[in-house]
Amino acid sequence: MQATDHHPHIRRAETGKLMTGAEMLLECLAREGVECFFGYPGGVTIPFYDALYSHHIRHVLVRHEENAVFAAEGWARATGKVGVCCATSGPGATNLLTGLVDALMDSIPLVAITGQVHSKLIGSDAFQEADTFGITRPATKHNFMVKSIAELPQIVHEAFFLAASGRPGPVLVDIPKDVFQARGHYTPVDTIHLPGYKLFTEGHAGQIRRAAQLVLEAERPMVYAGGGIILGNASAELTEFCELADSPAVCTLMALGALSVNHPSYISMPGMHGSYAANMAMSECDLLIALGTRFDDRVTGSLPTFARHARVIHVDIDPAEVGKNRNPDIPIVGDVKRVLSKMMKVMHELKAEIAPEAAAKKTEVRQKWWKQVRSWKEERPYDRARSATEIRPQHLMDTIDKLSGGQAIVCSDVGQHQMWAAQLIGFNEPRLWINSGGLGAMGFGVPSAMGAQMARPDKLVFAIAGDGGFQMSIPELATIVSQSLPIKIIVMNNGYLGMVRQWQTLFYNNRLSSVVLEGFPDAEKLASAYGFAGRTVEKPEELEDALRTAINYPGPYLLNVKVTPDENVYPMVPAGGAIFDMVFAPETPAVVSA
Amino acid sequence: MLQTISILLENKPGALLRVTGVLSARGYNIETLTVAKTLDPELSRMTITVDVEDRLRTQVVKQMNKLVNVLQASDLTDSPAVIREMVLVRVRCPQDSRTSVLKEAEIFHSRIVDSSVEGFAIEATGDPEKLDEFIEVMRTYGEIEVSRSGSVGMSLETRKLRLQPPVQAAVPSGPGAVSSSTIPSGAAPSGSAPVPVI
Repeated sequence: MQATDHHPHIRRAETGKLMTGAEMLLECLAREGVECFFGYPGGVTIPFYDALYSHHIRHVLVRHEENAVFAAEGWARATGKVGVCCATSGPGATNLLTGLVDALMDSIPLVAITGQVHSKLIGSDAFQEADTFGITRPATKHNFMVKSIAELPQIVHEAFFLAASGRPGPVLVDIPKDVFQARGHYTPVDTIHLPGYKLFTEGHAGQIRRAAQLVLEAERPMVYAGGGIILGNASAELTEFCELADSPAVCTLMALGALSVNHPSYISMPGMHGSYAANMAMSECDLLIALGTRFDDRVTGSLPTFARHARVIHVDIDPAEVGKNRNPDIPIVGDVKRVLSKMMKVMHELKAEIAPEAAAKKTEVRQKWWKQVRSWKEERPYDRARSATEIRPQHLMDTIDKLSGGQAIVCSDVGQHQMWAAQLIGFNEPRLWINSGGLGAMGFGVPSAMGAQMARPDKLVFAIAGDGGFQMSIPELATIVSQSLPIKIIVMNNGYLGMVRQWQTLFYNNRLSSVVLEGFPDAEKLASAYGFAGRTVEKPEELEDALRTAINYPGPYLLNVKVTPDENVYPMVPAGGAIFDMVFAPETPAVVSA
Repeated sequence: MLQTISILLENKPGALLRVTGVLSARGYNIETLTVAKTLDPELSRMTITVDVEDRLRTQVVKQMNKLVNVLQASDLTDSPAVIREMVLVRVRCPQDSRTSVLKEAEIFHSRIVDSSVEGFAIEATGDPEKLDEFIEVMRTYGEIEVSRSGSVGMSLETRKLRLQPPVQAAVPSGPGAVSSSTIPSGAAPSGSAPVPVI
């Protein structure tokens, strides 16, 4: 018997101890180091919740199962540990679906436990029965249905291993009610054997050497860092690599903070709403070093024109991503942290061999490239202009940026505010920017902030949402209050489903079909109905003070910020266009210098 | 052009769906599919023929290889391989053509598995195109019913199986202990002794 790390007084169960399936599941969760999970009980999970009643693991009762997954994702994204959520059979399980796909798209380590009807009733259209195993198969990295208590511990540990290792992802374990209730002798699991689960970690030494050579030879190198850097805890290696390679770098939406916003190599986010400099540099580089990224359509725009002058090095842990959208010149399948370390070692060796004259010439060529990149940066920086009469969305994000100083956790919902936040709020380190990148699931911001704040009680956590996404999350205000989470909810309220409205304006003759969001509640009353503070701010001169009040308030705070309703996110690469063909704001709005 | 994919997978519930899901999720229609256990009863060998766009062929096989239950998926289309199929044909023929049917059956090296006054049931195996011809020929003798097995393929190359070795499971999380929830991405040891081809 050994004491656990976090709960020294808790002792692990002995081998052979007789216990129920529910107790066994909790034992396995404890062994996996689970401190806290998110869920919603129901008929078939009552035996599990009964065992939980006297257990040390903390359970957070959310108000909708979808938010349990989002909260677990927030936890996982903020810590790098496996997030855990739980739902009952049937509707509970189907409500998890959006979050599972979200975690799959963004490669977030997650274990979802679902209850299932009694084994004898499976397939009989029993009350609250759904084919969870079938429905969630394409929504997970892998899923399991537990058939007996004997296989329960093995499956639970396999689920955690699968979720966290390789390219992380969500794993679901479906457990029938009778398995929770059954009694069996507990045997700790000591090995996991999944012969078909192929892990590629090291990278091909020859390819790494060739890549190192190319990096040193390149005249206009460009680092294209993706979410894999954060998932693989390779931020330090990335930083060192950019310095050693003397290369500018972009971080995708999933990688914001992987390279500090203050690092001289950092340009910005690339892609559909990326900066002019990032997109031009991607388009004009002669070597693209893609690290833990998947050449998403929102980054590349039209593939034939993407980085058309560049040779490509692609490092990814998932062999299926390499060559999926762009055939790399040097494919490297491996863990980006290890591959970068090895590549830098080779680069040091190769650098020592370069003659001083050649090195000087190289430096000269590189400086020309840097000069070009910097001039793009200066030519068209992001719009941070302010208006004297209205709060522009850019003004809001710029102020949050100023007040957070790159230190706060920002959990974003999906839409225009997400893009402005990604453009204008800087991050000094990884795991501060949390958003639904691949799936773009509205309603993600507030619940993911709950998970992030639970995981990082020391941190200032913003949940930034539009008035649309926020209204998908209102039930969770009760969870926030009951858990005393001091989240600062910032609603960027433009009265529209802004991103859809922007597309309708730009591409559908401004026919604003079903995007006007009327009837937004009074923020102050809404917050006070839930027992916390809130207000609405409309005047630009009041914004900063209102944000400061929210930040300094000792509890959750709802700040409803009324912004210019018809502002569009620019630059914009029209879907399917080349990323160097950006559309800019038609005119610079009336400016009050920041 | 049809692509033939051979898959070695664990004989577990849902494993078949995971493999076919890779194709159905991309809107591909499976032309044939066969699956049965191997020498090791815990493993199955599956052969799928499917019409996949050239550009996506490698991607489809890679996605199948990613599945936890799949030990190996390989594309047999352009590599040395034997591909065979079996067909059962019931032909209702008039009395006067019975001898001709038997002759044709012999030409195709097929076997009569049932004979009655109404006609024959014939079992034929061979290259799928050869079986197309056989069916065409039999059709000329009268009304026929056909049941085909779908292609069964075997690579003629030796393909090394790369299997993941066992790893240590989560241990009680005492100080310094390792839990799989804190395993860095891809931390499990990679590579293993080659395992004989099954």
